Amino acid sequence: MTPRRKRLMLVVGILLGVSLATLFATRALRENLSYFYDPTQVAQGEAPRGRSIRVGGMVTKGSVKRESGSLEVKFDVTDFRHTVTVSYRGVLPDLFREGQGIIAHGQLASDRVFVADEVLAKHDEKYMPPEVKQSLKKPMNEGATP
Amino acid sequence: MIPEIGHLALILALVMAGLLVFFGLLGAWLEKVTWLAVVPFAVAGQWIFVATGFGCLTYAFVVHDFSVAYVADNSNLQLPLLYRIAGVWGAHEGSLLLWILILATWTLAVSRLSGGLPDRFRARVLGVLGLIGFSFLSFLLSTSSPFLRRVPVPDGADLNPLLQDPALAIHPPMLYAGYVGTSVAFAFAVAAMLEGRLDASWARWTRPWTTIAWVFLTCGIALGSWWAYYVLGWGGWWFWDAVENASFMPWLASTALIHSLAVTEKRGLFKSWTLLLAVSAFSLSLLGTFLVRSGVVVSVHAFASDPSRGIFILALLGFFILGSLLLYAWRAPTLGSEGGFALVSRESFLLMNNALLLASAGVVLLGTLMPMFMDAFSLGKISVGPPFYNVAFLVPTLPLILLVGVGMHASWKQAHLQRVGMRLAVFFAVAAVLSVAALAVAYGSFSVMTLLGCALGLFIVVSSLSVPWKKIRHRETLSRSVLGMCIAHMGLGIFALGVTVAQSYKIEKDISLAPGESYLLAGYRFSFESLHDVTGANWDGVEAKMVISAADRRVAVLYPQKRVYRVQRNPMTQAGISVGPTRDLFVALGEQLGEERWSMRLQYKPFIRFIWIGALAMAIGGLISVTDRRYRRPAAKNPGLPGGLGVAHDN
Repeated sequence: MTPRRKRLMLVVGILLGVSLATLFATRALRENLSYFYDPTQVAQGEAPRGRSIRVGGMVTKGSVKRESGSLEVKFDVTDFRHTVTVSYRGVLPDLFREGQGIIAHGQLASDRVFVADEVLAKHDEKYMPPEVKQSLKKPMNEGATP
Repeated sequence: MIPEIGHLALILALVMAGLLVFFGLLGAWLEKVTWLAVVPFAVAGQWIFVATGFGCLTYAFVVHDFSVAYVADNSNLQLPLLYRIAGVWGAHEGSLLLWILILATWTLAVSRLSGGLPDRFRARVLGVLGLIGFSFLSFLLSTSSPFLRRVPVPDGADLNPLLQDPALAIHPPMLYAGYVGTSVAFAFAVAAMLEGRLDASWARWTRPWTTIAWVFLTCGIALGSWWAYYVLGWGGWWFWDAVENASFMPWLASTALIHSLAVTEKRGLFKSWTLLLAVSAFSLSLLGTFLVRSGVVVSVHAFASDPSRGIFILALLGFFILGSLLLYAWRAPTLGSEGGFALVSRESFLLMNNALLLASAGVVLLGTLMPMFMDAFSLGKISVGPPFYNVAFLVPTLPLILLVGVGMHASWKQAHLQRVGMRLAVFFAVAAVLSVAALAVAYGSFSVMTLLGCALGLFIVVSSLSVPWKKIRHRETLSRSVLGMCIAHMGLGIFALGVTVAQSYKIEKDISLAPGESYLLAGYRFSFESLHDVTGANWDGVEAKMVISAADRRVAVLYPQKRVYRVQRNPMTQAGISVGPTRDLFVALGEQLGEERWSMRLQYKPFIRFIWIGALAMAIGGLISVTDRRYRRPAAKNPGLPGGLGVAHDN
């Protein structure tokens, strides 16, 4: 083989490898995206069931309920138009508290109940997750159904 | 008064940076020798004024000058001295100032330690660095001055409690030193393109700088991961968080650059590729800065953001990337590579290394930017979670690790792997058998991926050790750069082992426990003995006493804490960790569940220390390789062609 030919083979090999990697990457990406929905979208049935999604909003004051001594906790997340109840089992993050913006990752069990496998509260109390902030900024009448 | 001096010093530093750009770049262009003489003074001046500015801000923190808005927002009368100093880089303005100070320090180092460089070339390098300094100083002064005054308040709002940790006090300077260090390789690349000349001595000058920057980056990322492990992450060590990715992408590109530079130095090949990598590594660093500072990403690192800042950095990013790519398109074709190499040769292996490293950087880039693009085009708000990276990142990484073990033994130009092939096959077989035995004895069962990870990790360790071993046995000289390479590669093997075992056999459990109760996890009994109050300098909290025993023998006593910082009223979890060579035991206190019960997270993390030990070994390897003799010898000045154009031949 001429050096030119060898180099060509090398380049072709690398291109093949890279395209293969890209293929894998895009497939993995499609399977592992999780979409964000606000409580209004959940209430209107826009959020899919049986798929990992994220739901976020403010934790409603006075909604955190827990059987004494149990790890099981339930709380409401609201965008001030609609509310979703989140059920979670485990240790909540330090900055989780009522009136705070949070994002929960998990699956919808019914139209009103979201079973979370992870709850995220951001670490700076001035900081609001952008998704939550934007969904709170939507005008009150938009998409609201009585 | 002091803050005003600091502000003035920064303005003077901007002037110095402007002089540096003018006299450095223009002086080299117009070949005015007297202009070039100004360059070292401008560099020194820039450093002195930036350092003065930084010193003034530090002073304001130390003496609690709450009339300075930035100090009032990020400090407090009760804050210990160490964190008052670390508080300087605890938020946007100060961390940007730190960025600039580190850039000025790199510039000064290049100016002082590059006696062997031709004057014009050095002036160009420093001029490019000056241009970066100028851009960032004007960014700082126009959008984010840390010296703005406000009506004084009696007490400050305190530093974010998460940042009040010794590892975090040094993590940002370390990481920034690496981040900003990529600008040196970038400046060398741009200067070579301006000069129209790139030869072996260019690669020899660039290599130590690139490697040192890479060492800092490695240490910075490892420190961040370690901090996240015990403070932030409840025991995780890497989250594929957008900001972690922002530091990881330049690392991948720099790693590729280090390897490509080796080929450029030894064989005069991959020249334009090396230039492109230098540009990419710096661009990815700038992209990282943009991601962190603009608030476009959802991250624990994201500061409360200000849109004008994001636009400014985006403009800078565009300027440097477009400018250098245009220069590249114009000049790179003139910098041809000469000589060829066989399909099986060290060059080929290094080329594959580069392709795979860039593929993994591409995966990370895709995952990081995807949510932003989807959002920008209103395709929905998505997040790309760890499962994506865990799958996609492994695809290029596994072959990369295998190739590292083989490629080290290939010789330049034309390798005869048949000779070493047998030995490598034996190494791999030994590594595989050892892994099977060790995993079966220690953990009972294993998956194919676990076995593969362990076997590959061990294979690299053995393969790396065999290089110096062979040299010593044959009484050949072992150069520092070869030794450094072997240690760094061994570090990669240790890292791979740590990741594989820690991810495969970790056990995590959230439980509810009352004093007097205990829980059995991974053969260890975690007993919750008691709970009492504790007080720190600026926080109050509770502390649990956890006794861990195995087979009725006491293994460790841990004191996990839940702190509440007095000013910000944020609770903070201080985990209790029992460190061991083969496992970490981890207890984090959750919250009170009512009565005396507490939620807790217990974890068993086998071999997790290997992750950071591996990273440390990589950094040490890098350090050893830059002490190689050939970098210390003053580089012979190449008799350049008058116009500066042309290709110099090495060897």
